[in-house]
Amino acid sequence: MSLLDIDERILELADLVDLDRSPFDDKKAFDRPVDVGFIEGGCANEYNVRTLRDFRRHCRILVSVGACAINGGVPAMRNTIGLKECLEAVYLGGPTLEGGGMIPNDEDLPLMLDRVYPSHEVVRIDYFLPGCPPSGEAIWEGLSALLTGREPALPYQLFKYE
Amino acid sequence: MDDATIRFTVDGIEIEAVAGQTVIEACDAAGIYIPRLCHHPDLAPAGQCRVCTCTINGRNGAACVTPAMQGMVVENETKPLNDDRRAIIEMLFVEGNHPCVYCVASGDCELQALGYRLGLDAPKQPYLWPGRPLDTTHPDIILDHDRCILCSRCIRASRMEDGKTVFGFEGRGIAMRLNVDAQGGLGETQMAAIDRAASVCPVACIVIKRDSYKVPNGKRRFDVSPIGSDIEAKRMPRT
Repeated sequence: MSLLDIDERILELADLVDLDRSPFDDKKAFDRPVDVGFIEGGCANEYNVRTLRDFRRHCRILVSVGACAINGGVPAMRNTIGLKECLEAVYLGGPTLEGGGMIPNDEDLPLMLDRVYPSHEVVRIDYFLPGCPPSGEAIWEGLSALLTGREPALPYQLFKYE
Repeated sequence: MDDATIRFTVDGIEIEAVAGQTVIEACDAAGIYIPRLCHHPDLAPAGQCRVCTCTINGRNGAACVTPAMQGMVVENETKPLNDDRRAIIEMLFVEGNHPCVYCVASGDCELQALGYRLGLDAPKQPYLWPGRPLDTTHPDIILDHDRCILCSRCIRASRMEDGKTVFGFEGRGIAMRLNVDAQGGLGETQMAAIDRAASVCPVACIVIKRDSYKVPNGKRRFDVSPIGSDIEAKRMPRT
């Protein structure tokens, strides 16, 4: 969503790129190889891993965008606790549970990973845009650098981990 | 200039020091910033983090514990040294739990600020996610071991400035951690929120309760300007 913070430059972007797969069009699969892919979020379950590997296969340049993709972010708070303890605390010991609870176990639910992994621990990542989220300015700077053949390099005021 | 004045060069810039000054002290006074983490100007140097390592007369040494010597040649702002510094910062990030996203010290954290200054966009080593305790036993201070980078500033400040022995290290290697001199946690020690040891932590390991958001995010020290800017400002041309 932070991409929308580039405001009216979205029109300029629309002139520069063809979107293949994005949340804007809710398209689930690549039709073709693409030049640049932006990936957000860490890998918390096997579906996330499949999606990330799919992006790596189809993207010539893959960019890790935001704190969750780079270090797991808030979801990675469970990493120091352990998956079993975390699920039990939520589904068996939650203060709002009535009449007991159960840990979800359905074939339609993707398998949870033992911990939340940043993207670069699963596939090779070419560039990183830190921030939670990165500002529209930072995204535009990184994106426009890649589109014009420059190495992305954020100025100090845009280079933030939070 | 008298006989006690020492002259040496840092990255080709000639600076002066007085006898007894370390390289980092002389550089601070001259307006040349050498990145550092465990060093604090009010505390005795420890030479532990090695972030301030410079090439001194062709050999690498920690600038915080190397005395200034007549005619020495110091290299500080070089790519190999900054690569090594970035690697140290990266290792500290992955060996502890340093989520800037929800950390009270964000914008005011020297570890984070060095990451910014050295251009660490993401650690490439795998995160270790150690399970470390949070000590909330003290009425005025939180001790968050997740954030500790073992710089020993609090140990030195407690012993040398406060006249106490609240903090120490236990264990070795990756298992090394900060401990306190009471079985029941920080709340059972002589620690007080006004102690020097409570204000020298470069990260958010020692946090004073009810004091964290006096300066809002976005207006904190390193939100405004990079770490070391205050030292480098001494070299700015006078108007």
